[in-house]
Amino acid sequence: MHAIARRRHHKAAPLLLVLALLALITGVAAIAAPSTAAATETASADDIATGEALFAANCASCHGLDAEGQDGVAPSLVGVGAAAVDFQVGTGRMPMQASGPQAIAKKAQFTQDEIDQLAAWVSSLGAGPAVPTAEQVDASLGDAANGMEVFRTNCAMCHGSIGGGGALTQGKYAPSLLETTPTHIYEAMLTGPQSMPVFNDANITPENKRDVIAYLTAQQEGSPGGLSLGAIGPVSEGFWAWLVLLGLIIGATVWVGARSS
Amino acid sequence: MGTKLNNAAGGTANFVDDRTSIGGFVKFFARKLFPDHWSFMLGEIALYSFVVLLLSGVFLTAFFVPSMTEVHYEGAFETMHGVSMTEAFASTLKISFEVPGGLLIRQIHHWSALLFLAAIMTHMCRVFFTGAFRKPRELNWLVGFTLMVLGLAAGFTGYSLPDDVLSGNGLRIIDGVVKSIPIIGSYTSYWLFGGEYPGGDIIPRLFTAHILLVPGLILALIAVHLFLVFLHKHTQYPGGGKTDRNVVGLPLFPVYTAKAGGFFFVVFGIIALVAAVFTINPVWNYGPYDPSPVSAGTQPDWYILFVDGALRLMPGWLFGIPMEWEIFGYTLSMNILLPALIMPGLFFGFIAMYPWIEKWATGDRGEKHVLDRPRNVPVRTGIGVATITFYVILVLEGSNDIVATLFHLSLNDLTIFFQWAIFILPPIMFWVTKRICMGLQRKDRELVLHGHETGTIVRHENGEYIEVHSPLDEQEVWLRVSHDDIAPLEVAPEYNENGVRRKGYRWDRFKQALSRFYYEERISPVTKAEYDEAQHHHGHGNAEADIQAADAKDADERLTGEWNKVEDEAK
Repeated sequence: MHAIARRRHHKAAPLLLVLALLALITGVAAIAAPSTAAATETASADDIATGEALFAANCASCHGLDAEGQDGVAPSLVGVGAAAVDFQVGTGRMPMQASGPQAIAKKAQFTQDEIDQLAAWVSSLGAGPAVPTAEQVDASLGDAANGMEVFRTNCAMCHGSIGGGGALTQGKYAPSLLETTPTHIYEAMLTGPQSMPVFNDANITPENKRDVIAYLTAQQEGSPGGLSLGAIGPVSEGFWAWLVLLGLIIGATVWVGARSS
Repeated sequence: MGTKLNNAAGGTANFVDDRTSIGGFVKFFARKLFPDHWSFMLGEIALYSFVVLLLSGVFLTAFFVPSMTEVHYEGAFETMHGVSMTEAFASTLKISFEVPGGLLIRQIHHWSALLFLAAIMTHMCRVFFTGAFRKPRELNWLVGFTLMVLGLAAGFTGYSLPDDVLSGNGLRIIDGVVKSIPIIGSYTSYWLFGGEYPGGDIIPRLFTAHILLVPGLILALIAVHLFLVFLHKHTQYPGGGKTDRNVVGLPLFPVYTAKAGGFFFVVFGIIALVAAVFTINPVWNYGPYDPSPVSAGTQPDWYILFVDGALRLMPGWLFGIPMEWEIFGYTLSMNILLPALIMPGLFFGFIAMYPWIEKWATGDRGEKHVLDRPRNVPVRTGIGVATITFYVILVLEGSNDIVATLFHLSLNDLTIFFQWAIFILPPIMFWVTKRICMGLQRKDRELVLHGHETGTIVRHENGEYIEVHSPLDEQEVWLRVSHDDIAPLEVAPEYNENGVRRKGYRWDRFKQALSRFYYEERISPVTKAEYDEAQHHHGHGNAEADIQAADAKDADERLTGEWNKVEDEAK
C-alpha cells in the first residue's frame, strides 16, 4: 500500500497521466475516423440506428426517447425533417446550453456525419423538409437584386437591412446572418426555427430563396465603403462619431493646447 | 528674390489698403487678444467641420439629381440591377460607385455632419458648465442655440435626400408627427409633401432647404456668432490677474492664426481618415425607398435619436387611459404629440431660456468675463448633468433594440426601465452632482485655510502627532477664492407702509424661490478675514511651524539614511 501511495505522488505522475490520455484519445480517434467517413454516403439503416443512439444519449433528456417532446420543455420532432436537425445541430443551437429566451448559436457539438445520422433518424419518424442540395443554395446561380427585394419584404424587419441582426421581444433576437452558411440560411427559411416564421416553397419559391442567399452572400463580402461597424445602422455610426472622430480631434486640441504653454 | 517678393506683397497690400482702408481692420484683428485653453477650440471643431461640409457638399451637388422621377437602375452596382428607384437614389448610387472619389466625398460629408453636431453640443456643454452664457453673452447663447437647431435641420434634410428606405422611414415618422398637430396637422403634411405622403415633391424641396436655405442661415449666424465673440472679447478661466475687466492671452496673429489654420487641417485630416476607413450610411444596403418595408435597426442619425427615443418611450396607454383621444370626431394623438413635439419644444425652450432663468435667480446685473469653475456653481452644474442624463436616456431608448441585442437584455424590460429612469435618474444625478461640487468646494476651503498635506507626520516630544501642511502659492489661492458668493434674493414686502399691495410682488416671490433653490445651500469662498485669521493662527505658531518643518525634514533624512544603511547591508 505504502509503495502505491508513494508512486501516486511521484513528480512525473500528472505529466504521464496527460500523455496517456492523449495517446488514448488519438488512438480512439484514429480507429473511429475511418468508420464514420465510410458511413456518410447514404442514410442506411445503420445510420438510422446510430442516429437513434446519439439521440438517446444527447437529446432525449428533453425531447424524449421517442422524440415526441415534453410540454413546456421541448417540442416534438416528429415530422420536422432533416433540414431542421441539420440547422439546429449544425449551428450549435442544439443541444441547448441553457434555457433562456432562445437557443444561442455556438460551436457545433457534433461532426457533420453525426448530424447526418441524427437527421436520418429524426426524418425516419415522419416526413419533413430535407436538407437542400448544393445547387439549391449556390449563390452564383441566384439573382442578388431580386434577392434584395425579397429580403427587404420578408426578412429585413427582424434581421436588419442586410442581415446584421436585430432585437425581438422579451430578450429574443434575430441573429446576424453575416456569417451564416448558405445551407443554414435555406434551412432556416424552410423550417422557421424558434421565433422565425416558416417561409415554405409557396411563400418564397426555391428560386427566390436562392436569390436571397445570393444577396446575403454579396453582403458577406464586406462593404464598398470600408469597415461596416456591424452593419446595424446609424446608432453605431453615431457612437463612432463621438468616440473615434470627436475623440481623436479633442485629443488633438489638448495636444495643440499643451504645445503652446 | 526676397526683397522682390516683399515689395510685391507690400505693393499689393498698399493697393488694397488705399482703396478699402482695410489695414486698420487687419491690425485690429491681428492684435486682438485671446486666452488659451484647449476647451476654447471645441467651437472651432464645429466651424471647421462646417467648412468641410461646404467643400464636400459643393462636390456632391455636381452629381446629385434631386428628382423623384422613377428609373430602372442600370449602373455599376450589381445587386440593384433592374430595380425601380427614383433619380435621387440612382444618382446617389452613381456618386458612390461611378464618380471617381465620390464615395469618399459622400462619406466625408456624412461623417462631418455627425461631427458638426457632436462638436456643437460639446461646445454648448463647455459654455454652459463654465457660465460663459452670462451677461453680456446671453444673445450669443441664443445665436449658438439657433445654430444647433439649424444644424439639426441641415442634418435631417441631408439625411433624407438619397431617398433610401432608412431615411424614408424617418420621413414617414416626420409625416406622422406633423399630422399629430391639432387642426392644421393634416393640411401641413399635404402642403409639405405636395399631396398624400410620400408625394412627388419632397426630395426637391428638401434639396433646396439643404443646400440653400439652411446653410445660408447657418453661414449668416456663424458670422454673427463670431462677430459677437470679437465684440464681447473671449471669456477666460479664473486665475491670477484675470478679472472681468481684462483679457489675459496672446494676440490672434501670429500664434493663433497658425494654430487655428493648422487645426483646420488636423480636423479635416481626421475626418478624411475616418471617412476612408469606415462606411457610413450605406444606402445601397437599404435600397430605394418603398413605403412598405421597415427593417430592424431603423434609426435616424444620432442627433435626432432623442426624438425617436421619446416616441419609443411613450406608452400607448397610461394607467389604463388610451393616449389617443377622440374629440368631436377629431383624433388627437397625445402619444405622438407629447413625445415628438411638446417634449422637444419644452426641452429646447429650457435650453434657450437658461441664461435668463439663472439671471432671475442671481439678480446679478454685472458683466461676467471670468468663467466659473463648475464646482463653484453646484446647482447649475447639477442642472447640466441632469439635462445630459435626460438626453442620454432618450438617446439610449432611441437605440433600445441595439442596446438590447448588444447586452442580451429584454427589449420590453429595457423600455420599462427607461420609462421610470427618465423621471427618476435626472433628479438623482442632479443631487449627486450638487453634492460632489459642494464637496470639492469644501476641499478648496480646506486647502486655502490649511495648505497642502505634505504626507510628513511629525511626532512631538509630548507624543502628539501632527501632519505638516505647506501653504498654497498666490496663484492657487486666487483660483480658489476669487469667485462670487451669491446669497439668495431678498424681496420687498407685499404691502407698503400704507397697506397698498405692491405690483410685481408675485413675480418677485417666484424669483426668490428660484434664488433659494440655487443659493440657499452654498459654500462661501474663504474671505480675506478668514484667510488672514488662518494665516495669523499659523503665524502665531510660526516658530512652532518652523520647528515642525525642521523636525519633519530631520525625520525624513534620518529615515532615508536608515533605509540606505539597510539596503547597503542587504547587498
